[in-house]
Amino acid sequence: MPINYYIFLSVALFCIGVTGVLTRRNAIIIFMCIELMLNAVNLLLVAFSKMHHQAVGAAVPTAGIDGQIFVFFIMVVAAAEVSVGLAIIVMLYRNTHSVDVNFLNRLKH
Amino acid sequence: MNAIIISALWGVVMMFSGVITTSKSAIRNLAVLGIIILLAANILDLGGNHFFPIDTHNMLDFETFGLLFNTIAFASSLLFFLLSAKDIENVGINYSEYFSLIFFVLCGVSIATSFNTLLMLFIGIEIISIPLYILTGSDKRNLKSNEASLKYLLMGAFSTGIMLLGIAFLYGASGTGTFFIDAIASDRSSASPLFIVGLLLLLVSMSFKVSAAPFHFWTPDVYDGAPSVFTSFMATIVKAAVFIAFIRLFGDAFGERLIRWQFFVALIIAATLLIGNITAVFQQSVKRMLAYSSIAQAGFMLFALLTLNSYAKDGIILYTAAYCLATIGIFAILIKMKDHSFEAYNGLAKHQPALAAVNTIFLLSLAGIPLTAGFFAKYYMLISALKTGQFLWLVILAVLCAAVSVYYYFRIIQAMYFKDGEPGEISASSSFKTVLIVIAVIIVLLGVFPQWLLDKLNILYL
Repeated sequence: MPINYYIFLSVALFCIGVTGVLTRRNAIIIFMCIELMLNAVNLLLVAFSKMHHQAVGAAVPTAGIDGQIFVFFIMVVAAAEVSVGLAIIVMLYRNTHSVDVNFLNRLKH
Repeated sequence: MNAIIISALWGVVMMFSGVITTSKSAIRNLAVLGIIILLAANILDLGGNHFFPIDTHNMLDFETFGLLFNTIAFASSLLFFLLSAKDIENVGINYSEYFSLIFFVLCGVSIATSFNTLLMLFIGIEIISIPLYILTGSDKRNLKSNEASLKYLLMGAFSTGIMLLGIAFLYGASGTGTFFIDAIASDRSSASPLFIVGLLLLLVSMSFKVSAAPFHFWTPDVYDGAPSVFTSFMATIVKAAVFIAFIRLFGDAFGERLIRWQFFVALIIAATLLIGNITAVFQQSVKRMLAYSSIAQAGFMLFALLTLNSYAKDGIILYTAAYCLATIGIFAILIKMKDHSFEAYNGLAKHQPALAAVNTIFLLSLAGIPLTAGFFAKYYMLISALKTGQFLWLVILAVLCAAVSVYYYFRIIQAMYFKDGEPGEISASSSFKTVLIVIAVIIVLLGVFPQWLLDKLNILYL
């Protein structure tokens, strides 16, 4: 398949994620949308990795492997971010009994 | 390399120190010891003594510019610990963990100042950010702190997503199939739309991280809501470190491309300066005023990105030093005040003349008055812009904005010296005052002999 298809799919997923972050009011759904953005990037990186691999040919088996390694790093960092993020959301829920980000206006003067 | 490994190890040591001992002064001393070791190891690294012969496959490049900044960051952290470590006690019960997280942030700082691939840039920025989300929300019962930490987390993760998309585009556009910034930048296909969009996304996400306008809106809320001690750390060392990463990224490799976008960068600078300075004038809380002032200072630091010449590189080191020292001092005094309003400073000069005097020096330095480090820092930035021969309008705007900044900095000085009031009990020990006076002396010395210092550093390490 041409690489363009992968780019369009990833960018579409990424834009869905961005739209969700900007329009949704539930903190957990915003968080899921951010995960969607990161996973769209993962898909794109794997597709580019395959593209680079094919460009070099079978002569170099490790060609394009950097992209796939990057994906693992993104997964690990995203997991760390989720564990911290969910802890923050739980802490907020304990204090306000809501995960609605509209509650977050105490700092606006 | 020394700094990365030692700071990560010391973070773990600090984490377990809370299990072994409950003595707060022991934990504090351990943290100060750690930062001194870190500083010494980094200075030895600058001199060519590498303790850990690890082959990073050129993914990390320990050049003088980054190591020099690390030295400033660690020295500022040392001063921060000496001044404010006692105040961290008031945040919550997990005393040793706070120090541990700060050491992890410093590990991220040393990666972000020495990256050579986009992978390491991403890892460094994330290692800085994730502990900071926790530190921002460390005042668990306080709703403002909760709110600040959730906002910081959402904005940080969002901008990371944008950065990653940019990185993926750059990876796809380059024919080399690696993440090395030099390889990507020198690639012949670097005029493809994919490359340009990728670089633009990277520029936007880094602007988010350094809170340049129009991506600054999270900064005042986060800095205001976080516990003051951690705001002091975030607004100085962390922000400066991200700036160094920004300049390493766009200065060395992608500089040629950025030159074509100079007008765009100039607009960002103008917006940052105007929004930061003008909004700061209307603030009623000193902490929030300092948050806006940090945006305004970011506008001046962005000049280095605009010009990318040798003046800019010298200037940014001087600027980070001047800015970190002065802001840490101001925050250390702010934490001791009864509240965060301007009125809290009324009559401080009568009751605590030493504190008022050093606070005045810090504020003068931030405002860029001659004979302080802040003056030469701003001078270098503006000279570097003038050397390019364009952007005269931007330099004039910057000078006008610096004049505006004098107004809100002097409000504190006016409150301290010319208004009567009772500042309340201020628990300032003599060692606290001594450290503040040392910072003030450094600021004045840097303000009188900046070139001497920079030359000295250059001779020693270049």
